[in-house]
Amino acid sequence: MARLNPANLTVAQEIIGRYPVTRSALIPLLHLAQEQDGYVTEDAMAHIAELVGVTPAEVMGTCSFYEMLKREPVGDYMVNICNGISCHLLGSSELIHYAETTLGVRPGGTTDDGKITLEAVECIAACTEAPCLQVNYRYRNLVTTEDFDQLVGELRAGTAGFAPHGKLAKVRQHVGEDRWAGVSHPDGQGEPAWMARNPSDNGD
Amino acid sequence: MSAPADQDLRIITSRFDVDDGHTLAGYERTGGYAGLRRALEMAPAEVHGEVRTASLLGRGGAGFPAGVKWGFCPPGVWPRYLVVNGDESEPGTYKDRLLMERDPHQLIEGCLIACYALGLSQCFLYVRGEMAHAQERLAAALNEAYEAGYVGRNVLGADDFSVDITLHWGAGAYIVGEETALIESLEGNRGMPRLKPPYFPASIGLYGKPTIVNNVETLANLPWIVSNGGAAFAAMGAHNSTGTRVFAVSGHVVSPGVFEVPFGTTTFRDIIFDPRYAGGTRPGRTLKTFIPGGASAPWFFEEHLDIPLEKATVDQAGSMLGSGAIVVMDDTTDVVKACHNVVRFFARESCGKCTPCREGTSWLEKILSRILAGQGRLQDLDLLMDVCDNISPGIHWPPRQTTICPLGPSAVSPIASALERFRSEFEAYLPATPVSVTTTSGVAT
Ligand SMILES: Cc1cc2nc3c(=O)[nH]c(=O)nc-3n(C[C@H](O)[C@H](O)[C@H](O)COP(=O)(O)O)c2cc1C
Ligand code: SF4
Repeated sequence: MARLNPANLTVAQEIIGRYPVTRSALIPLLHLAQEQDGYVTEDAMAHIAELVGVTPAEVMGTCSFYEMLKREPVGDYMVNICNGISCHLLGSSELIHYAETTLGVRPGGTTDDGKITLEAVECIAACTEAPCLQVNYRYRNLVTTEDFDQLVGELRAGTAGFAPHGKLAKVRQHVGEDRWAGVSHPDGQGEPAWMARNPSDNGD
Repeated sequence: MSAPADQDLRIITSRFDVDDGHTLAGYERTGGYAGLRRALEMAPAEVHGEVRTASLLGRGGAGFPAGVKWGFCPPGVWPRYLVVNGDESEPGTYKDRLLMERDPHQLIEGCLIACYALGLSQCFLYVRGEMAHAQERLAAALNEAYEAGYVGRNVLGADDFSVDITLHWGAGAYIVGEETALIESLEGNRGMPRLKPPYFPASIGLYGKPTIVNNVETLANLPWIVSNGGAAFAAMGAHNSTGTRVFAVSGHVVSPGVFEVPFGTTTFRDIIFDPRYAGGTRPGRTLKTFIPGGASAPWFFEEHLDIPLEKATVDQAGSMLGSGAIVVMDDTTDVVKACHNVVRFFARESCGKCTPCREGTSWLEKILSRILAGQGRLQDLDLLMDVCDNISPGIHWPPRQTTICPLGPSAVSPIASALERFRSEFEAYLPATPVSVTTTSGVAT
């Protein structure tokens, strides 16, 4: 396990096909691996290295820069409480403290039942809805301590309806073969054809 | 309170109340893709000309005119790329996510217009990793737009115009919003900024090729500009701050919100206090300070309220409109804690490539932490300014830079603002009996 499975390998190949330089697919493929296994395994990194044509160390180098990419298992649900300035002004520190005490973990920690990983994160762009949080990158706005208790209850019961950690967009980009114009290689092509249009012939 | 006359004119948030505005059907029904059709009737250079005339300032932070930046691509070097900056993560900033979620086709149309005008042969739409909903809205919109012939091979049947849009998303790192770091990230690398010069994206960008990097909101304006003409856009606003802008007003206000207002003429007092916008400070509270343009911006106070939301005026007053993020703090605010919050952000998000930023921001954070813990020393207040001076010599505005990108100097803004105005509040945290510190040489100070 943990290399990309056949279905995901097909997706990976489609993703790679959308970039003129294969290495650009690295982060999307790391997301794909995380979607498959809940975190990015070493085997997946090795597999991605093969697909992209770099060394596993280079994959690790990129992977380790980005906060969302987890190289160790995390809970089923990442609960990321925003601690940006707007949320700070409206009680995020208190909410984080409340979460720490109710869940019994510090930010970065996972509850004993393996359900919830708590994080205190920087601004997540919902500043008018402070204090806010994300569960697996889906928003909950204007969160009170009661809301938080209810959310945790639902997460533990599995009734909150969030996709498991690793799954981001529910819709993937997919372009039919006949609609794709063809990637634009850095060392190919001259001036694109339409640039020859000029004002007098109005382009038609 | 001066109410702007044309307050109801909405250019880019016009579909925020349209339930199906994010779908192709809803978009087409409300005039969508008319700008692209119009553009294709013009020569590329004419489209570029309209954007120049519009004086469309970049909405990502620096406020550089898009039409001018577009002119920096070196002639005769191909291919050229478009990279859309949808990494929105400057604290307090909340508008690009809404534009992507509620009106994804408008952004796609803007991208196509830019590609057509400049001969950009592929577009990469970089969405912040944490924005799952925006990603799926854009994916769905792109899939529809490809199917319907707006994107991809032979756009709208034109046999000479084909362009692909590749949807891409990040994985959590504020610094990737900086355009050269964004390009590094798009190339599959750690998101660390490149030195400018020589790496101005317009000349040496993605894969070493000329690359236009524009913010989501900037591009979202293009359909309207092309449909209505650059002159109509430039007729709104003041000086070169034209059109409308979307501001998020958050913090201690009655009705925080995201508002599209005429650029250049609306004042801070209007947008913070007018009941049609944020509705003022909470009952019984007074304004203490506000951040006018995101966490990187120096703070403003009561005396700045009548300044218009106009680039040159705000710059001259010593701050910036930045990314359109206004954060209001009332008299209940502990400014030392607020300052610490913003500085901690920069310390955490420093990419670590340059010493003054990596070391400086983390020291600023540590010093503020010990002040907050009651362990500060009187010299710490000067030490804070000294570290700031090392990151940004002279602590000027706009800042001088000892670093590769402006992130380091950004951490100076909150400290310089808060310490200058509220020094006594920092002093109040200092213990009555000075803390004794033993140095490594064993000498107590
Ligand atoms: C530290 C840092 C973070 C930035 N973050 C963003 C961002 O999240 N979104 C954005 O559009 N621009 C951001 N910028 C500005 C970009 O570098 C660039 O100027 C902008 O995307 C250009 O687009 P515009 O001309 O349309 O504004 C950031 C700049 C710096 C220095
Ligand atoms: S200033 Fe900071 S964030 Fe910018 S390149 Fe240097 S270390 Fe990285």
